Amino acid sequence: MLSCKDVTRLISESMDRSLPLRKRIGVQVHLLICKFCSRYERQLILIRETVRRLAGTVDASREPSGETLSEDARERIEKSLQQR
Amino acid sequence: MEIPASYDPSEWVDRYGGYLFRYAMLRLRDRSASEDLVQETFLAALKDRGSFSGGSSEATWLVGILKHKIADYYRHQAREAPLEDGDLRELSNPLPFDRSGHWVSGPAEWGGNPADLYREKKFLDQFMQCLSELSPNHANAFTLREIEGEDTKTICKVLNVSETNLWVILHRARMQLRQCLETHWFNRSMERGS
Repeated sequence: MLSCKDVTRLISESMDRSLPLRKRIGVQVHLLICKFCSRYERQLILIRETVRRLAGTVDASREPSGETLSEDARERIEKSLQQR
Repeated sequence: MEIPASYDPSEWVDRYGGYLFRYAMLRLRDRSASEDLVQETFLAALKDRGSFSGGSSEATWLVGILKHKIADYYRHQAREAPLEDGDLRELSNPLPFDRSGHWVSGPAEWGGNPADLYREKKFLDQFMQCLSELSPNHANAFTLREIEGEDTKTICKVLNVSETNLWVILHRARMQLRQCLETHWFNRSMERGS
């Protein structure tokens, strides 16, 4: 019988590869009866989806909003480009 | 060779500096390292301008160069601070499980509307904060997997770890991040009553 500690490890692993059948069944059976581990799985998936969307939003924003290069860095980079 | 019309290095910093900087910051979590890589990206682009075919946009071309620089940076960090056995054995303190492997205190229910989180600027800040609290290799592994969407084989090569160890690293990173977000974001927002 898998413990919650085992199952959390396998939940994470299942996000990186497809688990062997026996393990997959073990996890599914455990999730049916364990509220905390099911919640844990839902939250990890939510974090994954949120992070991908966040990255998509940051990478798509071309307008000069949010964090940007400091004045010092700008000057330094401009200068280094002119020297070439 | 015909130089594409959009090609003008004197405008690069104005046009793409902030964009490339934010791109690097999300992946490196370090201001000065990000600034350095943006600079290196422009210099490499200038030197290798022949590689810009005009087939893709200038921004895409520059990001492609930056991506390589970021992977080099991860490789460098992995060499400087190789993973130790201790990194892989124990989960963070306090241990979430008792000796029989049961939750000491299980994950809390997250209120609010978690599906819309990515729209919240403050959540991005909190996420970055939590990510910074992981060890660099753990944070880099998580970034490669979840932000870049790389497969585990590629990540193993960059970080020079076995696949088995990478699974452990990612497991620890996810568990720690989840806990950090729960403590600093979800519990707080429940106190705020939102």
